[in-house]
Amino acid sequence: MKWLRTGAIVFLLLVAAASLSADFVAPAHYAYQFRSETDAPPSYRHPLGTDDLGRDRLSRVLFGTRVSLLLAPAAAWLSSLLALLVGGISGFLGGRLEKIVIAATDLFLSLPWLFLLLTVRAMLPLNVSPMVSVVITFALLGCLGWAGAARVICADARTMRQADFVLLARASGSSGLRLLWRHVLPNLRPIVLAQFWISIPVFILTEANLGMLGLGVTEPLPSWGSLLRELQSYPAISGQPWLFIPLLLFVIVVGSFHLVLRTEELPA
Amino acid sequence: MKKHLLLCILLVIGAISHNAVAQTGSELRFVLHAEPKTFNPLLVEDDASESIRYLTGGVLIRVNRLTQEITPELATRWKISNGGRTISFELRRDGRFSDGTPFSAEDVAYTMTQLMDPALHSPTGDAFRSGEGQVQVKTLGSDRVEITFPAPIAGLERLFDQVAIMSAHSAQKEMAVLGPYYVAENKAGSYLILKRNPYYWKQDGSGRQLPYVDSVRLDIVQNQDTEILRLLRGEIHFINSLNPEYFDKVTSENPGMAHDAGVSLDSEEIWFNQVARAPLPDYKKQWFRSTNFRRAISEAINRQDLARVAFRGYAHPAIGPVSPANKFWFNSHLQAHPFDQKSALHRLNEDGFNLKDGVLRDRDGHVVEFSVITNAGNKYRERMAAMIQQDLEGIGIKLNVVTLDFPSLIERITRNFNYEACLLGLLNDDLDPNSQMNLWLSSAENHQWNPAQKTPETAWEAQLDKLMRAQASTLNENKRKKYFDEVQQIVWEQEPFIYLVNRDALSAVSSVVQNVHPAVLRPQVYWNIDQLSLAQQVAEKH
Amino acid sequence: MRRLRQHAVKLVLTLTVGGFLAATLVRLAPGFGVDEEQLDTRLNGQSIESLSHKTENDENLLFFYLHYGERVLHGDLGMSRTLQRPVAQLLSERLPETLKSVALGLALGWVSGISLAILSVIVRSYSLDALSSLICGVLLCIPAAVWALLFVLARAPERLVLALIVLPKIYSFSRNLLVRSAGQPHVLAAHAKGLTTIRVLTWHILPTAAPQLLALLGVSVSVAFAAAVPVEALCDLPGIGQLAWKAALGRDLYLLTTLSVLVTAITLLANSACELLGSTIRGSEA
Repeated sequence: MKWLRTGAIVFLLLVAAASLSADFVAPAHYAYQFRSETDAPPSYRHPLGTDDLGRDRLSRVLFGTRVSLLLAPAAAWLSSLLALLVGGISGFLGGRLEKIVIAATDLFLSLPWLFLLLTVRAMLPLNVSPMVSVVITFALLGCLGWAGAARVICADARTMRQADFVLLARASGSSGLRLLWRHVLPNLRPIVLAQFWISIPVFILTEANLGMLGLGVTEPLPSWGSLLRELQSYPAISGQPWLFIPLLLFVIVVGSFHLVLRTEELPA
Repeated sequence: MKKHLLLCILLVIGAISHNAVAQTGSELRFVLHAEPKTFNPLLVEDDASESIRYLTGGVLIRVNRLTQEITPELATRWKISNGGRTISFELRRDGRFSDGTPFSAEDVAYTMTQLMDPALHSPTGDAFRSGEGQVQVKTLGSDRVEITFPAPIAGLERLFDQVAIMSAHSAQKEMAVLGPYYVAENKAGSYLILKRNPYYWKQDGSGRQLPYVDSVRLDIVQNQDTEILRLLRGEIHFINSLNPEYFDKVTSENPGMAHDAGVSLDSEEIWFNQVARAPLPDYKKQWFRSTNFRRAISEAINRQDLARVAFRGYAHPAIGPVSPANKFWFNSHLQAHPFDQKSALHRLNEDGFNLKDGVLRDRDGHVVEFSVITNAGNKYRERMAAMIQQDLEGIGIKLNVVTLDFPSLIERITRNFNYEACLLGLLNDDLDPNSQMNLWLSSAENHQWNPAQKTPETAWEAQLDKLMRAQASTLNENKRKKYFDEVQQIVWEQEPFIYLVNRDALSAVSSVVQNVHPAVLRPQVYWNIDQLSLAQQVAEKH
Repeated sequence: MRRLRQHAVKLVLTLTVGGFLAATLVRLAPGFGVDEEQLDTRLNGQSIESLSHKTENDENLLFFYLHYGERVLHGDLGMSRTLQRPVAQLLSERLPETLKSVALGLALGWVSGISLAILSVIVRSYSLDALSSLICGVLLCIPAAVWALLFVLARAPERLVLALIVLPKIYSFSRNLLVRSAGQPHVLAAHAKGLTTIRVLTWHILPTAAPQLLALLGVSVSVAFAAAVPVEALCDLPGIGQLAWKAALGRDLYLLTTLSVLVTAITLLANSACELLGSTIRGSEA
């Protein structure tokens, strides 16, 4: 299904290009409020309608894509890398290190990290720019989201210790870092890619939920999370089906990421 | 006076005609947004507990939510004497608690003694604290009680609306009540069922015992979408307080259900941090302490737009600390500050600010940029903040909107004063300005912009202190009104709070519920719970 | 027996550390020790001061934790500041609700997720694979609040929302694991020898991926509990997730510490059980 993957790549590039050229393509500035046209349906002037403050929704989608499309995959990459390193190394080495890491990841999964996010936000100056604040939020999410996948990767790496190809590599003289880097880590790719793919929408939605605690993107900067928050209200969705367009875009982008990243083809 | 008389006549006619068709029985259903924290009426702090107190508690005097007048309840008569320090009550003789225990003056004495215990720190009790010294409670027989306070309390009678009388003798303690209902079942986190109090003292015009409805079911539902869906499906009977979007939704689906009782007592406002020890740069403190600066900000904000856009037209530009819904105390000579950015810039110029290339700078060249904090998750405040951001951009000011979770926000405005401006609302349940003493006195903790001052730091705050104390120390309502009008005038001029909008009191009621008269005072819909009834379904013709 | 003892010691140690860390995070978070009540204009200065002093005893973390530990040993989990009720009582009322939701969510999530993954592998259809991925992608992208709303609109049991949150994660990991296992030489050899698809699946593909799937099972328990917080808060399900949300908003130290310890215990037990099972399977294969 190479054509599907090609299509996905082209789509992602188009979305990235549109968001990067939002300054030229967007019908209006994302923050400008057309106060006489609030909650307007799609029209020539506002192709995706306007939001509750009269801001052009298409403009907000384009600018919001910049924020989310850049930061969510970056945070997902960070969490996947941490999961790979922590889980992979401890699982492969085994012994006491593995036991300690397993206990630490279990603990990590259970702690209320929300309070760390609140504490970090409190430490930031009030006049920090929205962009800086959202970068820090996503970076923290990336640093906190590795534990679950690390556990699975650890189990996988543990199994590989006794795998034939590893025994063969050892017999050939490979050991230590080389063994890990050349033989073990690449075989952990399926789980790492799954983790990466899942993390993108999870982090975007988490950022949306954190907005309820003041930890998301601050006004007037848009993000997919803030756009999706518009759907969380019965009056909004029952009369304005065009509100689902950002969600549709979100689904297609996430699906495209999945197609692009998928390297494990089904066995013939 | 004539309007009140007409209203009373209409209510009586309505009641009479209603009695002819009123149906007893069945269950009234609505929703609480949180679990009640306590059933002890003296310790009520949260909305859910307050609702339970209203539904189950018997009070000596009730403020009629519709007419805003005081009416006798468990007290048939009362007299204020001793310069406003003593109130004597004559009580009903036929009262009984829900467990059958007789009601007497001893119960009133017990309740007041408990309430005024300083160790209790009850918000209701604090409202009665007029000065240093003990409150003396004397029972003069089984149906007379006299309460003497250390200092006069203006608006004393109204305060008894919040005091639900507890039984001094009942084994059920606070669960034995004098109100129309008692708590029969409580499934934690899920629902409460209140059943009619078989010993409730009130009767309707035709001698039938109230309440009409046998029971009230209160489901604990935090999600407002769920609440509105349940109303539209007929699973609950009303929503006591509705947000504008939901109000529009109800209006579009079933216009008869939606009720706009008009402007409420509540207001939304912004204030600047004027605390001297706040961790802010000196030049910003200078800005915030300047009356011209605050007036300029006020004039740069388009309140009409806030009301129209943020609240979907269900709000009105606010004028001052008192909403026009507070008929007696509102200073009708005051007008809302106009939206006039030219005038705003002129005021700023007077203070040495100048606008160049779309950026406002102070006399020392600092770019005028500051942040406003508000509580995250409140859609309306977030909207208002975003709109004010655009308005202030029009005069070259950069406003950063910072939403914080409520505890973080409270910490900043009450403890470390690490904030520049704050956008919050004031929920007003009490008409009497005495309830706002701790807001206007410069020495008070809730004097938000600069709390707990040892001595007033400005002349106008000193004047506010003088006026508030003056209105609290006289019983003459007209004198009190004069003093408090002056308070409102000073606040209007100095704008320590920049009042933005007063929201409308919106509610939704199923047509099945009868004798509903939504008011602006809380509880808007069920303030006359004992007189509400449910119309029986008309049987289909065979 | 020795192994069980080791696990028990590890459990107690981890719980103790976990509880202390959770208490630290809550204590150091902004807004600890303040009360919304302080903004009540009826309260005088003394009452406001007394409100501020309510959490004085909890300011010293070490003191709090030692005191808390002592109380726990006597069966007292403390008093919830936000709900004004004993923590033990709150847990006994609400834990069963969450356990029901989590059990149902996990069962449905796993059954659907692993079934889709297995189908993708044995049917070997790109269309099916793509469709499954699309379904899971859609499920991942819809916010929990929207799910809650849709379920209320459809009058469907809100507990099922958890299953929809867990499913795509289970599918995504298990699909990749099973596909990798299916590509192993011994599986190809089994196919070549003429074994049926079901036999190859149950005897060669699943056992190869079993340790990782069991690890995933353990992790999915904590994922489900974490997901229970927003789901219960949004769907008004009176479980410990909703309790955790209220406690977080109120900085309720006793309640949050106890909930963290409880969730840590459940996570540890689940992961330990899966690990033991995994090592048993590895042992029987050797």
